[in-house]
Amino acid sequence: MIWMAVIAGSLGCYVEKLIGFLLPASVLERVSIRRITGLLPVALLSALVAVQTFADGQTLVIDARLAGVLAAVVALVLRAPFLVVVLVAAITAALLRSTGLAA
Amino acid sequence: MSPSAPTGEPGPDHHGPVPRAHGRRITRDAAGIGLATGAYGLSFGAISVASGLDPLQTQVLSLGMFTGASQFALVGVLGAGGGAVAAVLTAWLLGARNGLYALSLSPVLRVTGPQRLAAAQLTIDESTAMALGHPTPAAAARRAFWSTGLSVFVLWNIGTLVGALGAAAIDDPGTLGLDAAIPAGFLALLWPRLVDRTMWAVAAAGATVALVLTPVLRPGLPVLAAGLVALAASWIIGRRS
Repeated sequence: MIWMAVIAGSLGCYVEKLIGFLLPASVLERVSIRRITGLLPVALLSALVAVQTFADGQTLVIDARLAGVLAAVVALVLRAPFLVVVLVAAITAALLRSTGLAA
Repeated sequence: MSPSAPTGEPGPDHHGPVPRAHGRRITRDAAGIGLATGAYGLSFGAISVASGLDPLQTQVLSLGMFTGASQFALVGVLGAGGGAVAAVLTAWLLGARNGLYALSLSPVLRVTGPQRLAAAQLTIDESTAMALGHPTPAAAARRAFWSTGLSVFVLWNIGTLVGALGAAAIDDPGTLGLDAAIPAGFLALLWPRLVDRTMWAVAAAGATVALVLTPVLRPGLPVLAAGLVALAASWIIGRRS
């Protein structure tokens, strides 16, 4: 099942890129298309942040992940690069767990 | 990032060669962007393995899908138990913007045949931003696109390999806080897109919809439902203007 997702996902994402080179550029003049493709990543990424922070299966929980994400916010405000943001989150959560302060 | 209008009026030196200093700067920037994304590929490799994919599956994603947000989404939804269909749909929706980038790049790159197949694979946030950021002469835009795309492709894949093998050597990624690294990664991808109040509102609505639906829908579906927020927001903005 994972392989299916990997292959179907990869093919589809490639086709999306290729279609852009095959379609006439006039498609870009359609404002609604530009707007939706700009808004989609924002809605989906924020949903992914929320779900990956709070969801445990179908239950919502508050655990060390939240502290990790809040630390990541601080790193982003300080303009840290991507890898630092991710590391700060991981280290924060790991420290809270190892000290028994959070699940 | 969102690329601006693709083709302005060609300037006087539009068809000229790339001045040498200009070309060197483009190459240096492309290498720098490649290094930064390589580091980020490291975290993708580790997170993918922590989500339950093996290093080979992880590598196939970086080679074949080669678009960071979609890759993170696919492994994130699979890892959360969301199933293949929801994972693939989320990855496709996030990848739709690459089609828009390709549309903007098409008149700049003027590629045909096999070159077009290669250009499509290298069409991502970074290569598009670099190409559209160096519009004249056209040769500079092309050099910016190819050098950035290739440097990111190579280093992103090396990063993925190292990260995946590293994480595969660890017994319990949870104790290292890798589960917190996943939402932090999505947040870092989201952050530069929050450029105005509309984007913040869409982000808040997307997160709220996903959380409210989490207890009632299968994992993976709440995120897809948040995609509807983007459609609704687009419709509302269209009616207002």
